Amino acid sequence: MFEVLVAPFRYSFMQTALLAAILIGAPAAVIGSYVVLRRMAFIGDAMAHTVLPGLVIAYLVGWSLSGGAAIAGVIAAVLIGWLARRQEVREDTAIGVVFTGMFALGILLISTVRSYRDFTHMLFGNILGVTVEDLRLMALVAALVLGLLALFHKELELSSADPIYARVIGIPVDRLTFLLLILLALSVVTGIQAVGVVLMSALLVTPAAAAALLTHRLVHVMALAAFFTVLAGVVGLYASYYFNVSSGAAIVLTCTLIFGVAWMGRQITHR
Amino acid sequence: MFFFSYAGRHEVCPVAGEPALLVRDLYAGYDQRDVLRGVTMRVPVGARVALIGANGAGKSTLFKTVAGLLPIRSGEVRIYGRPVGACHHRVAYLPQRSEIDWHFPITVRRLVVSGRYVHLGWFRRPRPEDWRIVDAMLARLQIDDLAERQIGQLSGGQQQRVMLARALAQGADLLLLDEPLNAVDAETRAIVAAVLAEEKANGRTIVVATHDLDRLESDYDAVIRLEDGRAYGEAVLHLPEQALPILAPGVVHV
Repeated sequence: MFEVLVAPFRYSFMQTALLAAILIGAPAAVIGSYVVLRRMAFIGDAMAHTVLPGLVIAYLVGWSLSGGAAIAGVIAAVLIGWLARRQEVREDTAIGVVFTGMFALGILLISTVRSYRDFTHMLFGNILGVTVEDLRLMALVAALVLGLLALFHKELELSSADPIYARVIGIPVDRLTFLLLILLALSVVTGIQAVGVVLMSALLVTPAAAAALLTHRLVHVMALAAFFTVLAGVVGLYASYYFNVSSGAAIVLTCTLIFGVAWMGRQITHR
Repeated sequence: MFFFSYAGRHEVCPVAGEPALLVRDLYAGYDQRDVLRGVTMRVPVGARVALIGANGAGKSTLFKTVAGLLPIRSGEVRIYGRPVGACHHRVAYLPQRSEIDWHFPITVRRLVVSGRYVHLGWFRRPRPEDWRIVDAMLARLQIDDLAERQIGQLSGGQQQRVMLARALAQGADLLLLDEPLNAVDAETRAIVAAVLAEEKANGRTIVVATHDLDRLESDYDAVIRLEDGRAYGEAVLHLPEQALPILAPGVVHV
């Protein structure tokens, strides 16, 4: 049994992937707690899809993929933040229109290239393909996201639970939402390496939703969600090593399974 | 001790001799529609004032404007002689239908401590003295046994007491209460009435939007009626306002 657990990690690419699972999982889960509690799941999904043209353009021009994704992600965050303030079109409608358009642009650009193979990684992720250079960016994003969320924790918590009171005491609620969008964009960019554009919102939403079923304190939700995500990442690694299945799909399915268990646990304890 | 205030301003002292709330020819409302059209009123320090008027007369609009949630289109609002926003810590506003997300994973104690945030500003965490104030307020409103509950697990009356506990933990000198006793249980009614009486004795100024016309005589020093976007009938006060103390900023009477 021990051998089965340890054997994969004799390979350096598996060690890199394990580190990636932690560096991706923790920030995605923590910011995912806000995504779930503030009902921003649609925005998270939209942002993941919007990043695609950035990735493809970076690939076609020969830039760093992560760099292209990061730029596209921040542009998406700015656009969403801007759209959210205007009121001519409802926010969810505007997001639906603009960001499916961006995703379609990404697909269109992909179809101009003869080989689709490189792009399946973008769509569905491949945590085993993470390079050391990618790790550096992931570490940077993780530090930035977790650091800023910790620094503004009490204000973010209050403006999520009670935005009116937050505004009355002078907290710039709109700017905090904007900060959250930027950090969300950065987490999405690194998360895409693990689960891809299509499944990214699962990484944000599912572990946090499972954690929210089990505790009623925000910091506990965050910690538990981070644990779930990293656990799912590790399970995904084993699955793809031993059964040669898609790591991204295995990670997301593990998250789904964890949610199912959490939901059943709650049904039993809250009777 | 560092202090990075939320609004970029430091806590300012009240101007001596100024009323708690002075509204002069105020026009305010939503989007392009003015709900308040020339409201003028004056609430002396330490007074307890009832704000009455039909639904839609602008009671909530007035509170939101004083709390800084709605812009002043024209006219003037002064709180202890300072403009809106100069003294966030001095004003506490309890909305009628609070827009709190009651499902949010936060405990009663943790929500009430947010009343101290305006004194902490960015980056600082609540200190032991802040928690002491919070616990004292929970005890005063008899919800100390619910301190570790998630906020959604309380009854409507208990939730209303949580909101008042936070306003008191903030140490606000001017309390704007929008229908605080609407649709709450008898126990909450009695507790809130007793606490408000104590707060008035401590020199706080309390403005209550209310529909309860029976008790205007006994419970309030003055009655202001909003109608057609204007304020009427500033009743005679039985209070010598100079005799009332002006509270130091941030002081909470436990």
